[in-house]
Amino acid sequence: MDEMLLEINHLKSYFFTRKGVSPAVDDVSIRVPKGKIVGIVGESGCGKSMTAKSIMDLLKYPGRVVDGEILLEGRDLAKLSAREKRKVRGEDVSMIFQEPMTSLNPVVKVGKQVREAILIHQKISKEEAKKRVLEVFQQVGISEPEKRYECYPHELSGGLRQRVMIAMAMVCRPKLMIADEPTTALDVTIEAQILKLIKQLCDTTGMSCLLISHNLGVIAQMCDYVYVMYAGKIVEQGDVFTLFDHPTHPYTKGLLASIIHLDQLTDRLSTIPGVVPNLMHLPAGCAFCGRCSEAKEVCKTKKPELYDLGGGHAVRCFLTGEGKVSNE
Amino acid sequence: MKREVNTEAAAEQEALAAQLGESDTFLDKMKRMAANNKLAVFSAILILLFLILAVLAPVITPYSFDEQDLLARLAAPSAKHLLGTDELGRDVFTRLLYGARVSMAVGIIPTVVSMLIGVMLGMVSGYVGGLVDSVIMRLADVVLSFPSLLLAMVIMYTLGDGITSIFIALAVTNWASVARVVRSETLSLREAEYVEAARSMGVKDFVIIMRHILPNCIPSLIVMFTLNVPSAILSESSLSFLGIGVQLPNSSWGLMVNMGRTYLYNAPWISLAPSAAIMLVVLAFNFLGDGLRDVLDPHLKNS
Repeated sequence: MDEMLLEINHLKSYFFTRKGVSPAVDDVSIRVPKGKIVGIVGESGCGKSMTAKSIMDLLKYPGRVVDGEILLEGRDLAKLSAREKRKVRGEDVSMIFQEPMTSLNPVVKVGKQVREAILIHQKISKEEAKKRVLEVFQQVGISEPEKRYECYPHELSGGLRQRVMIAMAMVCRPKLMIADEPTTALDVTIEAQILKLIKQLCDTTGMSCLLISHNLGVIAQMCDYVYVMYAGKIVEQGDVFTLFDHPTHPYTKGLLASIIHLDQLTDRLSTIPGVVPNLMHLPAGCAFCGRCSEAKEVCKTKKPELYDLGGGHAVRCFLTGEGKVSNE
Repeated sequence: MKREVNTEAAAEQEALAAQLGESDTFLDKMKRMAANNKLAVFSAILILLFLILAVLAPVITPYSFDEQDLLARLAAPSAKHLLGTDELGRDVFTRLLYGARVSMAVGIIPTVVSMLIGVMLGMVSGYVGGLVDSVIMRLADVVLSFPSLLLAMVIMYTLGDGITSIFIALAVTNWASVARVVRSETLSLREAEYVEAARSMGVKDFVIIMRHILPNCIPSLIVMFTLNVPSAILSESSLSFLGIGVQLPNSSWGLMVNMGRTYLYNAPWISLAPSAAIMLVVLAFNFLGDGLRDVLDPHLKNS
C-alpha cells in the first residue's frame, strides 16, 4: 500500500440554518496517497467543495466541521492553533479554485500576488522571491514570465489566469494541491492544457492532488483513485480502472451511461431521472432510492453501509457486496 | 545574427509593455489623465490656484482682512477694490482670500480625519462581523440619526468657537456615512474568491484587509472624498452663518455670503463673490474626483 499523505476519517461538515441542520458532508473518509491524484466526482451540491473547504478550514458560517479527523502526515489539522493552520495553508496544502476570473485580486499585479504567497511562508528577500516566481511561471508554462509578472489579472486570458493560480498554489512546493473544479470555467482546449499541466506537476514534484470535478472524462484521464459522492456521502470508491470498468453503484452506472458516445446513434441522451434530494429531508433509506431504477423494498427503509468489495473497491448499496440482498 | 533577433525581441517586448501599461507609475497615470480629461486638469489647476491664493493672501492684497474704510462702504468693484467693499468698507477680495484659507482647511482636514476613522471602523466592522459589527454600526446609526448640522452645533456649543472645534465637529458627524459605505464594500469583498484564495494561502487577516480589501475600496473612497470636501465646506458656511462657526471680524466664505444677504440688492458683490468661489471649488473637486477615479481604478483601465 502506498504511504498516505492525507487521511480523512469520518468527516462530518454540517450547515446550521434556521430551517434545520443540513448534512452537506456526512461521514466521509478519503485517503490520498503520496504522489497520486485522487478524484472526487458528483453532481452539484453533493458536498465535493464542502469536503475540500473542510480540509482547508475555509468553511463559512453557518457551515462547520462537527466531527471526524483530517490527518496530514498523521497530524490532525483540526487540533492545530490558528498560527499553525496558517502555516499549513499554502505551505503544505494549497488550493486552486473554479473561477480564475475572480480568484485573483483585480487591483494587484499577478506577479506581486504570487510573490506575496512566498513571502508569507519563507523569510527571503523580495528579489529572491521574484526570481522564484519567475521560475514557477516558467514551470507552469507561462510564456514571457517577466512581462506577465507586471500584468493585472484583466490583462490575461482565462487559461493564463488559471496558470497564475496554479503558480500561486505551487510556489511554496506544497505536499497537497486541492483543485476545486479547476477547468470548469475554461474552454476544452485550455482545459486539456491545464489538466496536462497539473498531472505533469504531480509527476515531476511528487506532489499529491485532490481533484474535484463533475466531469467523468476529466476524472478518468487524471486520477489514480476515485470517490463518487452523492448527497454528502461516498457511494462508491475504487481505483480508476475498476470504477470505470466495473461500476457497481446504480448512481455511478447512471453517470457513466449519461456520457455521450459519438460513435453510437441515439435519439435521446441517457439521464438519471429526478434531482438530488433536499439534504434536510433525506429519505429514511438510501438517499438515492428515489432515483434508482433497481431500488428494492429494503432500500426505502434502511440506510446502506459502505461494503468492501476487495482491492480498495467499496460501494454503498444493498444490491452488491457482502450485504447483498437477494432478489426478492 | 542572434544578437539582431534579441534586439528585435526586446523592441517588441517594449512596445507590448507600453501597450499593456506596464511600469505604469502614479505619474504615468496622472499624465494619461492630463491627456484625456481636460476638465479634470482645469479643476486641479483651479484647486491649486485657490490653495496658492489662500497661502499667499497677505502678499497678494495690500489690505488686511479687518481693515475698514468707512468712507468707501458698499463701494462697487473698482481698480482700488477689485471686488468692491462690504457694509463696513472692508475689501471683499481680501476677505475672499482669507476666507479661502478657512474653507480649504475646513474642506480637507476634517474630511481626511473622518474618512480615516470611517475606513478603519467600516473595514473592521465588515470583516470581523458579529458583535463588533453590531456595536460599530449601531454607533454609526446613532450619529446618523441626528441631523448632522444639529449634532455639529451641539459639539460646537460644547467645545466653544474656533477652527479646531469646527474640525472636530465635522469629523465626528461625517465618519458614520463613510463607515457604512466601506462596511458594505468590505462585506462583498470578503466573500470574493481571491480573498478566499488568499486565506487558503495562509495570509493573515490584517494583511488581507490592507492588501486585498482596502485597494478595492479606493474608487469609492475617491468619490466619497470629492463629495465630502464640498459638503464640509458648506457645513462650515452654515455653522458660521448661525453664529457658532468662524466669528467676525475673521473671514469665511459662508460668513461673507450670509453677511452680504442684507445688501443683496444694492451691493450684490458682497455675496456673489464668495458664492461663486464656493461653487467653483465644489465643482472642481467633483470633476477632479471623476478624473482620478477614471485613471486610478484598474477595473476601468483600457476601457
